Amino acid sequence: MKGRSLAIYSWLAFGYAFFYVPIVLLVVNSFNASRIGSHWGGFSLHWYQQLLDDPQILAAAWLSLRVAFISACGATLIGGCAGLALGRFGVFRGRMALTGMVAAPLVMPEIITGLSLLLLFVALKSLTGWPESRGFTTITIAHITFCMSYVAVVVQARVATLDFSLEEAAMDLGGRPFRVLLDITLPGIAPALLSGWLLSFTLSLDDLVISSFVSGPGANTLPMLIFSKVKLGVTPDINALASIIIAVVTAGVVIAGVLMLRAERKRVAQRP
Amino acid sequence: MPSGVPVIRTEGLCKSFAGQPAVNGVSFGVEAAEVFVILGGSGCGKTTLLRMLAGFETPDAGAIYLDGVDITHMPPYERPVNMMFQSYALFPHMSVADNVAYGLRKEGVPRAELRARIKEMLELVQLSGFDARKPDQLSGGQRQRVALARALVKRPRVLLLDEPLAALDKKLREQTQFELMNLQDRLGTSFVVVTHDQEEAMTLASRIAVMDKGRFLQVASPQEIYEYPCSRFVAEFVGTANIFGGHVSGVSDQVVSLTADSIASPLLGALHSGVAAGDQAWLAVRPEKIQLGKEAPEAQAGRCVLTGVVQDLAYYGGRSVYRVRLDGGHTVLVSAQNRLRSPTRKLEWDESVYLFWEAQAGVVLTQ
Amino acid sequence: MNSLRRSAALAGFRLVIAGIPILWLGLFFLAPFLLVFRTSFADPVIAQPPFTPLFDAAGGIHATLDNYTLLLNDSLFLSSYLGSVRIAAISTLLCLIAGYPMAYAIARSPQPWRTLLLLLVILPFWSSFLLRIYAWMGLLGTHGVINSLLLDLGLIQRPLALMYNDAAVYLGIVYTYLPFMVLPLYAVLEKHEIALREAALDLGARPLRVFTDITLPLSMPGVVAGSMLVFIPAIGEFVIPALLGGLDTRMIGRALFDEFFINRDWPLAAAVATVLLLVIVLPLMVFQRGQARAHP
Repeated sequence: MKGRSLAIYSWLAFGYAFFYVPIVLLVVNSFNASRIGSHWGGFSLHWYQQLLDDPQILAAAWLSLRVAFISACGATLIGGCAGLALGRFGVFRGRMALTGMVAAPLVMPEIITGLSLLLLFVALKSLTGWPESRGFTTITIAHITFCMSYVAVVVQARVATLDFSLEEAAMDLGGRPFRVLLDITLPGIAPALLSGWLLSFTLSLDDLVISSFVSGPGANTLPMLIFSKVKLGVTPDINALASIIIAVVTAGVVIAGVLMLRAERKRVAQRP
Repeated sequence: MPSGVPVIRTEGLCKSFAGQPAVNGVSFGVEAAEVFVILGGSGCGKTTLLRMLAGFETPDAGAIYLDGVDITHMPPYERPVNMMFQSYALFPHMSVADNVAYGLRKEGVPRAELRARIKEMLELVQLSGFDARKPDQLSGGQRQRVALARALVKRPRVLLLDEPLAALDKKLREQTQFELMNLQDRLGTSFVVVTHDQEEAMTLASRIAVMDKGRFLQVASPQEIYEYPCSRFVAEFVGTANIFGGHVSGVSDQVVSLTADSIASPLLGALHSGVAAGDQAWLAVRPEKIQLGKEAPEAQAGRCVLTGVVQDLAYYGGRSVYRVRLDGGHTVLVSAQNRLRSPTRKLEWDESVYLFWEAQAGVVLTQ
Repeated sequence: MNSLRRSAALAGFRLVIAGIPILWLGLFFLAPFLLVFRTSFADPVIAQPPFTPLFDAAGGIHATLDNYTLLLNDSLFLSSYLGSVRIAAISTLLCLIAGYPMAYAIARSPQPWRTLLLLLVILPFWSSFLLRIYAWMGLLGTHGVINSLLLDLGLIQRPLALMYNDAAVYLGIVYTYLPFMVLPLYAVLEKHEIALREAALDLGARPLRVFTDITLPLSMPGVVAGSMLVFIPAIGEFVIPALLGGLDTRMIGRALFDEFFINRDWPLAAAVATVLLLVIVLPLMVFQRGQARAHP
């Protein structure tokens, strides 16, 4: 019994090492003065300096952040509507279509999503003249499309746990449907919208394949730039970039976790 | 009190879900200041009926009138009817005061008046000083009172209550029952209450409607429902009843005698509805209306006497319930008050006993 | 819940809420997908866009099956499809082997630890997928950490070829998708584990029998769900084979990408995509049917 537990927990420790050792080494190496990662050449912020002096990387990062922000907002809005419709409206015309169209992007390989959207933008251009060139707008539309499904799933799950009689009570007290949405439903699904937004932001910031298809010349997102650099092997300034991203993400997740934990504790403590 | 003019009235309400009728032709009227209780088991259609009154369900057929105006297709947010939900449905992210204020804000009530009405209402439900609390900082009874205040503050013509006491524990339920009646008395609002709990129905109602399979079986005062049920279903659903099936052997002087299979002597009951000799009928007798003794009772006109053996007895403190097996094989429940602390003539298991009731204690039913 | 349909305001409200996503997905998901299908029947031309229109100037329909014939007769594509399925299947199995004990251990941990352990599984998912693959390049490369370490220890004389082969691709996929295996497994194990385990032990089963009689059968839904979550995206994977795979690592995502960006044969790429979709839909349908049988 004891031996078996030990084996299982060793395996677990090994699993976490597998998850985290590569990341930790990457971060350590970003401070390595030596160009060759395996030899420690002393502590240095050289690669960070180089990163900040690289206008290409800064431009790509700025583009990616803008795309991610707008995509996350758009995906939260549209995906939130979809989740609400699927979770609350029962049977309605178009439900089957919506269910299918929400689920499909989740299993669709990015490569097909990217290809299909490019074909759409090309066809739209020859029909209507829009979009004139591919870049920020087309990438954002593509990202909204594949992120909104994730938001819809999260929101639908949350809506299902909400007491439907809350909305009925609000309506009974004189709230019109749109007011009830704002007064009651939105506060209820706010946590789901927030996690949907964060998920979309991360997914958008991370996307390489779809962006590669739908962006045009000159519009490089950060992952596209990173990919073109690392295709040929390790480059130390990317270590620095990766470390920054990992630090920001970790801080964000930890802060969000602590805040949620604190809110939960407060809620529990206030129970009579 | 009842003025004779219904505040809310329905005509032949019908509603089906996926072809299954939930409410099947229900018509009734509720008068001003009346407490109308719809009593039924789960799935009888009572909640659907209430939701139609609130406007959450649209009837397939029939109409609803409020003060004579057809409101059948009026959306819930326009109806001057409010509902107290079984789960209370308090908005978890709003304080007590904001919960109560919600309906008034949607009406656009001016601020000063709004504050005054909230204060008054919270006083009425004894929650002054709880304004800033959130619903999850309240006890079950307090939550129930917030829900009540929130619905009543809009001064609805009719208040709908869905199982208003079901979420409370037994002790609290009794206390709240009286508070609810007091409040209703002071405000004079008509209440329509839905419940599955017959005790709750009995204490709250000015009239009870017993509902089964989407229909009203009997609408009457609590006393009438209990003493003069119109059918075996009602007799057994409200309270406990011993039911004997048989044929009418004679009708005389307000007393009906019934011959039941395997019971030698004729059973006696009061004439309630029109029956004639030879009809199939049932006799219902409440357990507390049957008397029990070791010696044969005096024979009297209109007294029905049977013999049996005590099969089982249960002591409840204030009363005891005996299960007596009649000589013919029937089992009869008898409930007796324990008047004396230590009766000298205690009944025991397997003891032979006489049981008897007066004819007016039994109800003759034809369905 | 659809009983308020006669109220105009509510109907309008619902129309807007459901209409927005339906319109968006119709335009940016369904329509593009139909375009892929259509394009797979076109001929490539040197023009913008580089394929023939479905309707020619005379109004006739121009469609060809050439792309599909080419696809089925080209060993590169066939081996890429098979390679994708094989690599995805093996990676899924590896994830299951690695992930099951992890999920089991987490499910049996005491409560405050359980949340933390779970969080640690989810955390990598939030950091960039591309950068996590890149992190492995720093470990596996010719001058990478592992090779340097082994050389320094004198265990090897020459750097090992750890990267640019199928094994590195397995590693990358397992690394990326392991959380997707652990989470559903954890969910089912946590639900049943403690009480049923104690009941079985109480009834006299030895611990190993408890595992094979109770834990394993009850965790099958998690095994299936986790496997689907790994297998489906792994089939269409592009980044991992592109960065960690060798020249002979055949995966269909990579073949499609190259066909599109290097050979610029859009119609053939569209045909590849259409067939790839079939490869993905088939196991999903089997999965769905299994689900439907499990929850009738």
